[in-house]
Amino acid sequence: MIEEVLVTARYNPKVDPSLGIWTWEIAFYLFLGGMAAGIMLFAAWAVLGRRENALAFAHNRFALWAPVVLSLGMTTLFLDLEYKLHVFRFYTSFEPSSPMSWGAWVLVLIYPLMLVQTLSTLRTGYPTLAGLVERIPGGAVILSLCEHRRRLIAWLVIPLAVGLGIYTGVLLSAFSARPFWNSGILGPLFLVSGMSTAAVLPILAGAHPQERHFFEITDMALIAVELVLIALFLINLATGAAQHMDALALVTGGPYTAPFWLWFVLPGLLVPIVFELAGLRGYRGLGLVAGVLVVYGGFMLRYLMVDIGQASTWTDYALQFDPQLLQRLMQ
Amino acid sequence: MTTYAMVIDTRTCIGCGDCVVACKNENKVPAGLNRDWVVEATRGEYPNLETEFRSERCNHCGHATCVTNCPTGASHYWKDTNIVLVAAEKCTGCKACIAACPYDARLIMHPEGYVDKCTFCHHRVDRGLDPACVSTCPTRCMHFGILDDRDSIVSRLLRERRYKTLMPETGNDPHVYYLL
Amino acid sequence: MNRREFLKISAALGAAGAMPTLLGGCAARPLPGSGVVTGSPTVCNLCFWQCAGTLYQEDGRPWKVVGHPDDPHCEGRLCTRGSAGIGAYVDPDRLRQPLLRVDEGGGQRFRPVSWDEAFDFIARRMKAIGEQHGSDRMALFSHGDGGEHLRRMLQAFGSDAYAHPSFAQCRGPRETAFGLTFGEGVGSPDRTDMAHSRCIVLIGSHIGENLHNSQVQTLAKALDSGATLITVDPRFSVAASKSAHWLAIKPGTDMALLLAWMNVLINEDLYDREYVARHCTGFGQLARHVQAFNPEWAYLETGLEPSSIRETARAMARAAPATLVHPGRHVTWYGDDTQRCRAIAILNALLGSWGRPGGFYNQEKVDLPEYPAPKPPKPASDWKAVVQAEYPLVSTGISNKLVEHSVGKDAFFKGWFVYATNLPMTLPGGVEQIEAAAQSLELMVVVDTMPAEITGYADVVLPECTYLERYDDLRNKPERTPTLALRMPAFEPAHETRPAWWIAKGIAERLGLGEYFPWQDYQEVLDWQLKQVGSSLAEMQTLGVKRFPRKGAVYLDADNPLRFKTPSGKIELYSSLLADIGQDPLPRYTPPDRPPEGYYHLNYGRAPAHTFGRTINNPQLFELMPENAVWVHPAAAAGLGVGNGDYVRLQNPEGTRSNRVRVRVTQRIRPDSVFMVHGFGHTDQRQRLARGVGADDAGLMHNVKLDPVMGGTGMRASFVTLVKAGEVS
Ligand SMILES: Nc1nc2c(c(=O)[nH]1)N[C@H]1C(S)=C(S)[C@@H](COP(=O)(O)OP(=O)(O)OC[C@H]3O[C@@H](n4cnc5c(=O)[nH]c(N)nc54)[C@H](O)[C@@H]3O)O[C@H]1N2
Ligand SMILES: Nc1nc2c(c(=O)[nH]1)N[C@H]1C(S)=C(S)[C@@H](COP(=O)(O)OP(=O)(O)OC[C@H]3O[C@@H](n4cnc5c(=O)[nH]c(N)nc54)[C@H](O)[C@@H]3O)O[C@H]1N2
Ligand code: SF4
Ligand code: SF4
Ligand code: SF4
Ligand code: SF4
Ligand code: SF4
Ligand SMILES: [Mo]
Repeated sequence: MIEEVLVTARYNPKVDPSLGIWTWEIAFYLFLGGMAAGIMLFAAWAVLGRRENALAFAHNRFALWAPVVLSLGMTTLFLDLEYKLHVFRFYTSFEPSSPMSWGAWVLVLIYPLMLVQTLSTLRTGYPTLAGLVERIPGGAVILSLCEHRRRLIAWLVIPLAVGLGIYTGVLLSAFSARPFWNSGILGPLFLVSGMSTAAVLPILAGAHPQERHFFEITDMALIAVELVLIALFLINLATGAAQHMDALALVTGGPYTAPFWLWFVLPGLLVPIVFELAGLRGYRGLGLVAGVLVVYGGFMLRYLMVDIGQASTWTDYALQFDPQLLQRLMQ
Repeated sequence: MTTYAMVIDTRTCIGCGDCVVACKNENKVPAGLNRDWVVEATRGEYPNLETEFRSERCNHCGHATCVTNCPTGASHYWKDTNIVLVAAEKCTGCKACIAACPYDARLIMHPEGYVDKCTFCHHRVDRGLDPACVSTCPTRCMHFGILDDRDSIVSRLLRERRYKTLMPETGNDPHVYYLL
Repeated sequence: MNRREFLKISAALGAAGAMPTLLGGCAARPLPGSGVVTGSPTVCNLCFWQCAGTLYQEDGRPWKVVGHPDDPHCEGRLCTRGSAGIGAYVDPDRLRQPLLRVDEGGGQRFRPVSWDEAFDFIARRMKAIGEQHGSDRMALFSHGDGGEHLRRMLQAFGSDAYAHPSFAQCRGPRETAFGLTFGEGVGSPDRTDMAHSRCIVLIGSHIGENLHNSQVQTLAKALDSGATLITVDPRFSVAASKSAHWLAIKPGTDMALLLAWMNVLINEDLYDREYVARHCTGFGQLARHVQAFNPEWAYLETGLEPSSIRETARAMARAAPATLVHPGRHVTWYGDDTQRCRAIAILNALLGSWGRPGGFYNQEKVDLPEYPAPKPPKPASDWKAVVQAEYPLVSTGISNKLVEHSVGKDAFFKGWFVYATNLPMTLPGGVEQIEAAAQSLELMVVVDTMPAEITGYADVVLPECTYLERYDDLRNKPERTPTLALRMPAFEPAHETRPAWWIAKGIAERLGLGEYFPWQDYQEVLDWQLKQVGSSLAEMQTLGVKRFPRKGAVYLDADNPLRFKTPSGKIELYSSLLADIGQDPLPRYTPPDRPPEGYYHLNYGRAPAHTFGRTINNPQLFELMPENAVWVHPAAAAGLGVGNGDYVRLQNPEGTRSNRVRVRVTQRIRPDSVFMVHGFGHTDQRQRLARGVGADDAGLMHNVKLDPVMGGTGMRASFVTLVKAGEVS
């Protein structure tokens, strides 16, 4: 029995009583970052596999979605910063030990790549847009060049998109200070989840049946892998040090048990995999529902990960006094 | 590389919190924020009890995960020492360092918005003074000095007494020591 | 405890932070001390220990208060409260201008008035009291340095009655008991030589939570050099946690333990034979008296194992005479307090520690002459003979007696000055009587810095400036090294506040008694006094603290046969004076009252972050500890169905309920007691931080035990139970 209490009232905002520095903004960014990575991968895959007919949507139209999705994510990331206008400071140095610094610089590389990937299929995917680009001096040349180098671009996309997808997980797992995050599986898990959320987009976007079929099967496989990774992730925590086991307890009996299992694993992974199966059997409506649930599940994964990670900690001091009272100091 | 250490004797610390008040005043820490704090830990069952008081703050880690996780170098080691500081003019407010500190020793400096923490009072150390908390502690249970110097008070105490650091398992190599 | 509490404060701060964020944020703050730094000497007034320090400002803004390195009260280090001294100055809820009670619109309220109007009102009422009842009918309650000025003004008027709660609610029993035994009291600061003790026995005395500065420092020093600490406390106090022996005594049974210790020391021949033979009288009577009280007997009363009683007695003897059985300070506990303190004094005598290194040392102060001024007239009557005749051994005022004699039409006292004491929270269970007195009195003037509860009863409230804005008398306390320290203003008095010396002089002048204050500014007095001892105000303004040479020895001089200031000239183990007034000449044990079924001993004490109720509204200290909690043992908590963080109300057997207070379930308390820190539960709405937080112990005290020897109020015999306060709002 150990009674550990704070003698002096300590309630540093966003740090006490438990970390609350990152909320939906970061979760949303991680979610969209993963999705963008997935989109790029599928678009590249379609190009490399020369599937412009079988996977017409992925081949021609999907690439444009990536910068849109990622930019949305960047917006919420920006919203999270305490110092909005100081975002440029990310680019005043490169810190090799900081995943966040890597992330900042990867984004610098990935944006141009996304752009050329988009341009490489723009004429087939979005002729009107391509027309606009052609009006810009040199636009047509660039479009042709990108089309010409389509496969090279796709080859470049693969490692960078994988990097982006994994990075969204590594960013969290690098924080050894948060036992729940501190697992090497988070990177692959976020990558697979990102791909899964990307995989359902063509289904939702109304791709033709053959393509839908491909993505439904792909997504089921991805979800299956995701389930395995989650199991590994939990086993990893279970076999870790005391604070890892404490972290695990948050989702196995602790306050995050219901959110984790009932709001994420069940509706975000298990239900969709079943519905997708039904979708394959011809219940197209269920397939669509599955798609929505997968997207939801992808977000929930990030949201809960961000939240639970912050609740898992090495320090665990009880408050003796009512922190609300300190508000009186601010009046 | 110079390693500064703080050595706090739990045998004489009474948990009075003077170190907290001294820090707030010296460093003009705004109301509602704390760079240091005091913990009371009681083990056992009445009447066989042990209570330990600990004044806690940033551990000025030899392997500071707050520094390694900072994307801009704003969190840095001061002048080739283990004193970890934040250069406000480089800070983005991304809070990665807050998440990266296993001791929850960092805070957001409102209303300025940058991240702040215990500085080991480097402005005093620079002038040969002890940190404010150390020089105020009424029981004189706090000591400060250079670990690499065999004759310093901190080296001597760590040679002569049993001690612990907080959660060395973090691998952060903390430099606030507690004498037992 | 509740680990996951929603924090609105972060939202508040977040909003405050939003603006500069949008503008791109600010640069770092400049390093502390890089601006223009100035310092001025002060003497801390956050409690009564009076540590000397320096107030620093940077670029004209208050920065920090730091202890003075030459000061024996603090050795360069202020305590938690002292370090937060600036909080008292910046407190936005301070009294700002004189307030006068007026009838208006069918009710009463305070109207801010000028000092002139306030003084005229006071002088008019005092003159009326003088004419109708006599000029000896004013009483002064004071617990602070500035009270001396008011005392002088009242003495000039013809009223001599004066009481400070630090006697009858605090250390009166021990001063009386040590006076009876050794011919001298312990004094303040306490003359304990802990720095050199090899063994220290703390009976209740919770040094560490009780933060009297040099007490804490010397105790720490003793621990550092390996002294054995023995703590007798029903609660696992901070001191207990540092102890080799913690005796978790049944509340109120200390006397039994003390007698058993004497029994062991005498029967095992462990006492200091030579010292006793040489300096003490009454040993034979004592030895016979304690025969019945062996550790086995004491076990039944105290619940302490006979073996541990013996073991601790032997540990004391081994270290003697460097063994200090600490006299305690707040010792008004169970009504038999003078007797218990006598037992402590006797124990020290048996160990030979009085006047010996590691025991009690001889104190000296500076011979500082009084400023030449007319002697006040002899009062028309001896108020003590009227008010506290039952206590012939007591030479100072018994505050509760003064209050008693202020109630009713025929009461002796007709007017009060209350300086720096918050009587409703200070006198146990005293609110009703204070209210009754307020109804009877023709004048009540309260001089305070804060809108304390007592101000609510006043006719006139006079706002004093804080210690950082004023001169007071030189600090000249008995010490190991005679020392003077200067308190001088670092700031101009804020708002309309003024120092006590100015207030006293102003009233005296309105009363036509200006001749008793023959100076314009108190600096003249200080300068004159300092020049008599070879210094000057100018010198002290730079030095802050000055030490002077001693005249006598620090310890008992073995070669000089010594006369103690007792009737026999010896240390009186058997007290002839007590025998003379029909009290027990040797301490006797009376079992304490036991709590009724379902009730618990109401135990209370200090927390390092606060001084009574006077610092709760200090923003820096409020931030450290914003409320008190009621400590409950897990077994009791289970029985009561309360858990950590729950809000409850305390209720005494008479049905009085406290404000709501948070539960702390802890092993650190006996299952038969609950503990809380005194000073919380302020009701005055003008203290915006302190109002309504935590519970007040004084209001719950229903079983106050008067000490038959010195008239003090025993405060530990009350009982409470816990009732749920409903959900946290
Ligand atoms: N921080 C701080 N320090 C202060 C003050 C303050 O307000 N704040 N006030 C100062 C003043 S004026 C005074 S007088 C002193 C008072 O300080 P002390 O003289 O130390 O006061 P006590 O009443 O002896 O201490 C309370 C302790 O007595 C224990 N106790 C309760 N009942 C019993 C009992 O029946 N037997 C025994 N053996 N112990 C018991 C309680 O559990 C508690 O630990 O503190 C001084 N120091
Ligand atoms: N229930 C209960 N009662 C107790 C005690 C207890 O533990 N419990 N402890 C007892 C003891 S040991 C003592 S010593 C007494 C102490 O009793 P008090 O001295 O009455 O203690 P406080 O409640 O601090 O009241 C001090 C008052 O002084 C005012 N004040 C502070 N600074 C200044 C100043 O510079 N100038 C002026 N004019 N006013 C100032 C404050 O605002 C406050 O109103 O209480 C005793 N009564
Ligand atoms: S000031 Fe010293 S004794 Fe007080 S809590 Fe801090 S370290 Fe402990
Ligand atoms: S304690 Fe935390 S803030 Fe301090 S150096 Fe270590 S990781 Fe960084
Ligand atoms: S908040 Fe500032 S100091 Fe912390 S990691 Fe981000 S840039 Fe570095
Ligand atoms: S070393 Fe300085 S900054 Fe750190 S806690 Fe102590 S006083 Fe505060
Ligand atoms: S003991 Fe603390 S509060 Fe009291 S006078 Fe000294 S520094 Fe001030
Ligand atoms: Mo007291």
